Amino acid sequence: MDIKKEIKVLLVFAAVFLGCFYLPVGLPRFDNSIVEALQLTKWYARQHVLLCLIPAFFIAGAISVFINQASVMRYLGPKANKVLSFGVASVSGTVLAVCSCTVLPLFGGIYRMGAGLGPAVAFLYSGPAINVLAIILTARVLGLELGIARAVGAILFSIIIGLLMHFIFGKEEQRRCDAQPVMPEQETSRPLLQTGLYFATLIGILVFANWQAGHEASDVWRSLSSGKWFITGGFALALAAMLVFWMRVRAWKVVATAGVTALLGLAFPETPMLAFAAGVVGLSIITATTKGEPRDWLNSSWGFAKQILPLLFVGVLVAGALLGRPGHEGLIPSRWVSTAVGGNSLLANFFASLAGAFMYFATLTEVPILQGLLGAGMGKGPALALLLAGPALSLPNMLVIRQILGTKKTVVYVLLVVAMATVSGVVFGTFFK
Amino acid sequence: MKRLQILGTGCPKCKKLAENAEAAAKELGVEYEIEKITDIKRIMEFGVMMTPALAVDGEVKASGKVLSVEQIKSLLS
Repeated sequence: MDIKKEIKVLLVFAAVFLGCFYLPVGLPRFDNSIVEALQLTKWYARQHVLLCLIPAFFIAGAISVFINQASVMRYLGPKANKVLSFGVASVSGTVLAVCSCTVLPLFGGIYRMGAGLGPAVAFLYSGPAINVLAIILTARVLGLELGIARAVGAILFSIIIGLLMHFIFGKEEQRRCDAQPVMPEQETSRPLLQTGLYFATLIGILVFANWQAGHEASDVWRSLSSGKWFITGGFALALAAMLVFWMRVRAWKVVATAGVTALLGLAFPETPMLAFAAGVVGLSIITATTKGEPRDWLNSSWGFAKQILPLLFVGVLVAGALLGRPGHEGLIPSRWVSTAVGGNSLLANFFASLAGAFMYFATLTEVPILQGLLGAGMGKGPALALLLAGPALSLPNMLVIRQILGTKKTVVYVLLVVAMATVSGVVFGTFFK
Repeated sequence: MKRLQILGTGCPKCKKLAENAEAAAKELGVEYEIEKITDIKRIMEFGVMMTPALAVDGEVKASGKVLSVEQIKSLLS
């Protein structure tokens, strides 16, 4: 018998026993936080998964399959036009960083083998913030203003930070890699117009399925809202046609799916989710049974779902337990939150961006956490500051960045990110209350 | 003896590529050893910007995408 191993087991038992012995069941705050965690999870499941997340996964999958990433990489290579490369680097995160784990290798590559420090930093900053899934979920859960502010802020500030880094360290000799960059080969792709229309259709489905008229909405908005399922259906029909004519999907499969979806929609007009679900299932079956691009599309969408859903599920549970739903308290008293990051003072914004810079957020979990914080009294300015500094930086990725850039540049980069996030928080918070 | 190297920081796509490479080598019945390179500096020494990437005997064959088993088989034979 290995005594060390047995003692380890004993220690685990003891820890579990003590945990159960002092389990705070019965304390109102603890009991309440469990209820809040479950309530928040239920709310997400009902409101966001079917109509928002699933179409978003399909869009993310389509980006990684249908968009020619090699053509984007050309603008970030060693021979690229410097001015152009800044612009491309700041927005290319949408296309290149659909999976957050590719951000750091790309950043290192652009710095050492490609367009250089400035564009690399611009890419590093905006990449994690402007991937489609992040923007869609931010806009849906936290509101359109924050969603747009996040995307615009990330792009603008990435250019500013990139330029500043370029001017501060421009004179230093770059330790370039000897290796020649291996550019992914150009794949033959469909005409740009087709790809554009295809994405416009997917985004149309996403937008109109989630369309909601506010209370003070104008008449146009209202009528759009009542007809939203017809518009969504129109986009779905367009998608069906594209599948048949451009992707060479068998027509009968598409017609069968459209038929079932339309029937369900007409039979149960009160629960449009039923028809939507039928459409999604049909689309999955169609793409799974058609070799080539359609199946690749499904595979990569499914890959995103597998990667992100478990993280998001845990993130929502934890955020619910700690912070509760808006208007309800979780484990952390709302008073603490509103004292630390309430209002729109410089200090609140600075605190939010500093905390965001060091904290690690698993992909997309920043959204439920921020929702909780906002509900507990966080100001909108500090919320944006956290959104800008948060996903772009974390302690673990600072360490990797340090390996690539060295200590001095990394410190300057972190300081710039925190400063810029603070400033944009203050500005945003002054205009949106 | 083929040396298969999978370059990537450990995301699901890299794992998928490693699985596919292993399956391809087994189907062909060639002797192989597989190495996963997760250190970002070593990945860059290969000149790879887009992960996941596959190198055979030290030469980068594909980057930025997950090759299918069939594609890897045609690379190996």
